[in-house]
Amino acid sequence: MKTDIILAGVGGQGILTIATILGASALKENLYLKQSEVHGMSQRGGDVQSNLRISSSPIYSDLIPAGGADIIVSLEPMEALRYVPFLSESGWIVTNTSPFVNIDNYPDVEGLEKELDEWGNIVAFDMDAVARGLMSPRSSNMVLLGAASPFIEMRQEEIEGSIESLFRKKGDKTVDMNMAAFRAGRRHTEDLLESR
Amino acid sequence: MKTKRLLLGDEAFALGAINAGLSGAYAYPGTPSTEIMEFVQSDPVAQERGVHSHWSSNEKTAMEEALGMSFCGKRTFTSMKHVGLNVAADPFVNSAMTGANGGFIVVAADDPGMHSSQNEQDSRFYADFAMIPALEPSDQQEAYDMAAYGFEMSEKYRIPVLLRFVTRLSHSRSVVETDSVPSEENANSYPENRSQWVLMPAMSRIRNRRLIADHEEFVKSSDSSPFNRYEDGGDHRLGIVASGIAYNYLQEIFGGKVPFTVVKISQYPLPVNMIRRLYDSCESVLVLEEGQPYIESRLRGILDVGKKIYGRLSGDVVRDGELTPDHVRDTLANIAPVNSGIESPLCRKVSEKVVCRPPALCQGCSHRDVYKALNEALESYTDPKVFGDIGCYTLGFLKPYCAIDTCVDMGASITMAKGAADAGQHPAVAVIGDSTFTHSGMTGLLDAVNENSPVTVIISDNLTTGMTGGQDSQGTGKIEDICLGLGVDPRHLRTIDALPKNHEEMVRLFREEIDHQGVSVIVSRRECIQTARRNASLNKR
Repeated sequence: MKTDIILAGVGGQGILTIATILGASALKENLYLKQSEVHGMSQRGGDVQSNLRISSSPIYSDLIPAGGADIIVSLEPMEALRYVPFLSESGWIVTNTSPFVNIDNYPDVEGLEKELDEWGNIVAFDMDAVARGLMSPRSSNMVLLGAASPFIEMRQEEIEGSIESLFRKKGDKTVDMNMAAFRAGRRHTEDLLESR
Repeated sequence: MKTKRLLLGDEAFALGAINAGLSGAYAYPGTPSTEIMEFVQSDPVAQERGVHSHWSSNEKTAMEEALGMSFCGKRTFTSMKHVGLNVAADPFVNSAMTGANGGFIVVAADDPGMHSSQNEQDSRFYADFAMIPALEPSDQQEAYDMAAYGFEMSEKYRIPVLLRFVTRLSHSRSVVETDSVPSEENANSYPENRSQWVLMPAMSRIRNRRLIADHEEFVKSSDSSPFNRYEDGGDHRLGIVASGIAYNYLQEIFGGKVPFTVVKISQYPLPVNMIRRLYDSCESVLVLEEGQPYIESRLRGILDVGKKIYGRLSGDVVRDGELTPDHVRDTLANIAPVNSGIESPLCRKVSEKVVCRPPALCQGCSHRDVYKALNEALESYTDPKVFGDIGCYTLGFLKPYCAIDTCVDMGASITMAKGAADAGQHPAVAVIGDSTFTHSGMTGLLDAVNENSPVTVIISDNLTTGMTGGQDSQGTGKIEDICLGLGVDPRHLRTIDALPKNHEEMVRLFREEIDHQGVSVIVSRRECIQTARRNASLNKR
């Protein structure tokens, strides 16, 4: 198996937590992994991305070549579109549709949604709303991880185990909230794939 | 016994060093090197052994402290970002003259593409002119393995070893096989040759000849290094020299089966015999390297006679910026002999809707309050100039503040403001953070005090080293005392809490001190919003 993922978002949104969980899962499944991330200046509210490569055979490059990504996983709709040159022809976009507006010239939201709608292989919904509905407003990133998980060849129990270990030290309630968010996201994609 | 761990390149090196018997790490935070020291600070073995891991005031003090530890026979490293090596250049170059006693590795993390830096300088040039051997890991496993290897090499040849990281490896994670049982630390021992460590001209001349003679040994070591390899792919129409992380991009493009002859380089000085063999057996040569064209310029020389050499200098590889697998593929698609199977993929275009999202000061950051007040205070003056410095507050250049006129290097705010004041500039305002002030601002302030230059220095003290993620700042709790000790007039050393409610007072205070015809220091203080949040959540638990 091989899954090349581009994780996208805005500095401080929590994409690196997703990378940490998938990384821990890959290690447990004895898979090869490379995960490149951005630290420093751009973490201050700028656009951030992480290249995450998981494979059953050795991985050479830390960076995914253009046209090679299997999925773009984004916490923000405009940021999802920033990386489409890296997406393979059959690749999927999984994105939150709730915009993060911290710049004056943010594009009109309707036009952005229309553009996302035109993509064939896309899972796009308001993950902030789902997280809020679960009384866990800070878990949008776990909703996103759940929504992306059916595209990643990794066992659900393994990913859930990593979520559990990451949040364990913050208590049962935090674990439960993040797990619920993950499962809600996963269900959304499974339902969508079933109806296709 | 080996244990598999998921580690950043930075962390892999740090763990490798601890497992190889590290006794002390010395560093000043700087992207992309910061996580090396942070790993030592959090590692249970290092903590149990009492391995030194306190941050230093700057890279020069860090390098000298590490050299002192090496003098006593212990294994040590100092880590910094590439521009930090400029600050530490004096002890670095001279450490080649003293040599090392205990294994001594100098880690410089370069930032090609300038993700979080002001230039793209390539630390391999430093190693070259200092005549110090260098290592350049191509992946996380090599970063781990090179710690023990580097210490052994340093002790074998009694020379410091430079280890060059690049951002993409520093900040990329992979599975690394690590030793389960750490080696013992070295016992204390002193250098055999006392005079070598006293760099008086007569002693240095002797040592310099020895260092030049040792160069031959370093080249031999590179030619037989486990990290340098000659790989004959069968097709001799093109030979490829690929160093560090560029080697991985080459492998990626060919799916691990490169049809051409390749020399992989991860140890310097350059392996002369391997490169000659490649040159002799191939029709042309391609050089792939991350950073500046160090290898290419040496191969080509100024005469550029002989076989065709492709690289960044010839324009066949992108001249600046970070190297990517796509650059390598595009170059190969252009220059590789026909039927090499290299094709550039059809890629989707980015929508016009996608716009830049530059970084910005955090909501609730105290630097915001400082710039807001400063801009208002300066409204009534003609051509005020504000000299900025290195840190989060450099973002004050961007909208909405547009508040600074310069940003050059650590500490340059105060000294440039002084130079401008010498030229008749008024107002000449310097804005510097607390950590940058103790790194390189203090000596400049002494210059200004000695001439009572009409400069206004604002130390925006957020009690941490913010940009790199909130490391301890060496001046915390001492800033006013340092200023007084340097001779700042107590009547013109003012302190204010940088809070929105103090806006009017801050504006008034800035104006008063700008009008003072001599040195003023205003310490505007409030904890970094990021560290404040982190501490609050730690306290809650």
